[in-house]
Order: sequence, then structure tokens, then C-alpha cells
Amino acid sequence: MASPYYVSPEQVVQDRSEFVQKGIEKAREVIVLEYQDGLAVVAENPLTTVFKVSEIYDRIAFAATGLYREYEALRYVGIRDAEVKGLTYTREDVTAKWLTNVYSQYIGGNFWQVESKPLEVELLICEVKENPSLQNRIYHLSFDGTFWEEDKYAAVGGRADSIVQFLDDTYSENLDLKSAVELAIKTFESLETESGVEEPYEVNTETVEIAILDVNRGRRKFRRLSDTDLNEILA
Amino acid sequence: MLIEPSRYSTSNLLGFLKSEHPDLVKFDLDPSLVSDWRNNGLDALEGTTIIAAVYEEGVVIAGDRQATAGFQVGERRIQKVFDIDEHSAIAVAGVASICIEMAKLFQVQVEFYEKIEGAFLSLEGKANYLSNMLKSNLQLAIQGLIVIPLFAGYDLKRKCGHIYKYDIAGGRYEQESYDAEGSGGKDARSSLKKLYRPDMSREDILKVIVAALWDAADEDLGTAGPDLLRNIFPIIKTITHSGIKDVEESEIKDLFADLFEKLSK
Repeated sequence: MASPYYVSPEQVVQDRSEFVQKGIEKAREVIVLEYQDGLAVVAENPLTTVFKVSEIYDRIAFAATGLYREYEALRYVGIRDAEVKGLTYTREDVTAKWLTNVYSQYIGGNFWQVESKPLEVELLICEVKENPSLQNRIYHLSFDGTFWEEDKYAAVGGRADSIVQFLDDTYSENLDLKSAVELAIKTFESLETESGVEEPYEVNTETVEIAILDVNRGRRKFRRLSDTDLNEILA
Repeated sequence: MLIEPSRYSTSNLLGFLKSEHPDLVKFDLDPSLVSDWRNNGLDALEGTTIIAAVYEEGVVIAGDRQATAGFQVGERRIQKVFDIDEHSAIAVAGVASICIEMAKLFQVQVEFYEKIEGAFLSLEGKANYLSNMLKSNLQLAIQGLIVIPLFAGYDLKRKCGHIYKYDIAGGRYEQESYDAEGSGGKDARSSLKKLYRPDMSREDILKVIVAALWDAADEDLGTAGPDLLRNIFPIIKTITHSGIKDVEESEIKDLFADLFEKLSK
């Protein structure tokens, strides 16, 4: 009987991380920003019916970058598991922290399963606060299943670090929706005009996808903004 | 693999619940248990009168608030009318626990579809889904755990209100004008037959609905009228192009006051 080759865990992690990082480097970014009424999620996306940002549950939104097929499967199981939890207990027991742990298990499990391909995705799980005395939550999930909490703003995708650097200097608290959207668009523009970018992406209301979690809405806080909504907000 | 492609392709949450979480789906109960339970003389709460009617701007859906347990009042404030989404609602008559669960699962399923597909399920698609849910409850219905729903909604494509009635086997029948179901349904229908006209205004249709609710409560022991002592009123919702809206309790109270004044003359 042939014995399987020994591969050290360090080697596995290195190989797989390199493989995934190559994919993520090419992935277009998504930004989430806290504004006065909740969280705004903005992505570079010229498509009108295929989304990177989506509603998971009453107060929770999902933003993803990487391979569409893979994060679409994660989005599906996230919505499904959230519905099951809400039916088993009650709707308010479905939280972003719980969901992030669920995703961490799915993504991390896949990363360590040697016979399967690791998922080439990065996620932001966003939750708007239930009442003003609480805090909004942003969880940043990496391709190996590790995650951490972000404060006020965050980004995923190839140039996420540059985005965060830009926001470190430009972000201020209690923005209204208009200013938050303008800041996100300005951030993307600054990325595209940086030296060395071949064929910069044209950033305008039709080439960005925006959704908000608005604390003032009814049970379902998520709202996708159409081109018309955007033009109205930016007017 | 995160999900089976076949699961993904139908956006069917209920199918997943039935196979993976059967404890969450009551209408898959073992029918043999139900017959024992009924034979032992135990009564489940039963909901009574529900009404829906098409009017000029859309559709109205309503239900009284009483549930009975045999010859007793089981619950005075039960809810029989539920929002499904921005443009549709369900009213349920029959055994309360199964009715409420079916309405809840139906709502969750419709919302699940909307979130997964990023598009609304068509009104007829929702009506057909409900029909399938009833079909899977048939065995229990035969043993007495009956659910008779009315489904009403505003069709954004055809730009008008629609009503679907159902039988216990899941048969789905589209109604052009109005329908009422439950123990007081026949009395409500007789009332509507005399008062209903196509293309009524909101004001007029609400008068007709309140009169039908009263006729059902007046004739049927299982149906409650407005409870002025405890301030409990039937639930009435309107569904139009701009969405679903509850008729305010104060407005319903005034409508009943006007009706009683007219009747006592």
C-alpha cells in the first residue's frame, strides 16, 4: 500500500494562502462606512442585477469580494441559516457576530480541507444597531476563516489597505448619507487616479453599487439604492 | 460543497426545513398522533371569520380576533391576518396553531425567495406556493387540523388587486370580487353579496367590510364583533400600489360606531 506524502501544515498554509492572495489581489473592492443613520456599503460594480452587497436578515448585510460563485454560495447559506435560527428562537437572536462565526467555520473549514480548493473570498458582515444606545458592528472575514471587528469603516479587496489609509485621513464621524456616499466615491476615484493604474475604472453613479442599513427603517433595515435614488441623494 | 446545486436552483427554504429541521415544521406531524388527540376530546384553538375584497385602488383583507376552543372563547386577541411582503397578505381560518405556523413559514419563504433572487416572486407564484403548502397538510386536514387561508395582494404587473381562495386539498381559486371563509364566512358572504359593488372607493369598501364582519359576529357564535369593553377590534389591512397598510384602530372604531348608529335607527 502506498503511503500518502507528508506535507507540513506550514507548507499547506503557505501554498493555499499564496494561491488565494493571487485571486484576491485582482478583486474589486467594497467599502463600508458608518454614517449618522447606519451603515453605507459601496462597491465598484457596473452590473445592475448581479450584486456584491446583499441583505441577509433584518439588521444584517453582506458585502463580498472575490469569486462570485463562491461568495454567492456563502450568501445563500448565510440567509438560510439565519432564517432557520430566527424560526428556532426569535428574529432578534440572529446577530452579525453569530453569522460571522458561522461563516468563519464554513470558510476556515474549506481552507483546511486539503482535497478541496480554498475559497477565494473576503467578506464584510455589517449590522446596524437596534437602538441608539448600542453600536453598529462590522466584521471583516478573511479567506482562511479568521475574522476581526472593525470600527467606523472597513474595506475588502485587492487595494483594501490603500482604501483604509485614505479613509484614515478623510473619514469623520456623523456624516450624513450624501457626504458618506461622496466620500466613498472620492475614495474609489483616488484609487483609480493613482499613478500606475492602467485603464482606470470610471467611477460614477452608474458604475457603483450602493446599499444602506438604515436604522430608521422598519423591520428590514436593508435598502438598495437605485441610480435614481443616488442621483437624488447626490443632487 | 456549501450547497447542493439542486437546493440553490429552487430557492426553496421549506424543503430544506422539512428534510433538515423537521421539528420546525408542524404540518408534517405524524397523522396517527392527531387522531388519538382528537379522540381524547382535546380541542385546539380555532380561528373563525376572514374576509377579502377587491376595490378601486387594490384589495382589503380582514379578520376578527376571536379563537374558540369547543364552545368556549379560547383567545380574544388572536391575529389571523399577516403581512407577507410589501404587496400581499394572508388571512387564515381553521386550527390556530397550524394556521399561524403556515402563515409564518409562508412569509419566511417569500422573503427568502426575494433575498436570494433579488427579485419579488410574482403574485401568482406566491399563490401557487401556498397551494403546495396546503397540499402537504392534506393528511392532517382530513383528521381535523384544517387550514383555510385567503391570500390577497396587489399585482404590480397587472395593476390591480387579486384574491385567491383555497380548499383543504390545496385547490386554488382566483376570486374577482370578494370572498369570506371560516365559521362566519357564510354570513359575511351573504352580507357582501348585498353590499359589494365593483370599483368601490376605500371609504365605501371599509363600510362594507365592517358590515360583513358584524353580520358574521351577529350570526356566528365563533366570531367576535368589536369588543368595546377591552378595546379589541378586527384587523383590517389595505394593499395598494404603494404597499400594505393597517387601517388604524381609531378608524375601525368609528366605522363600527357609524354602523351601529345606522342599525339602531
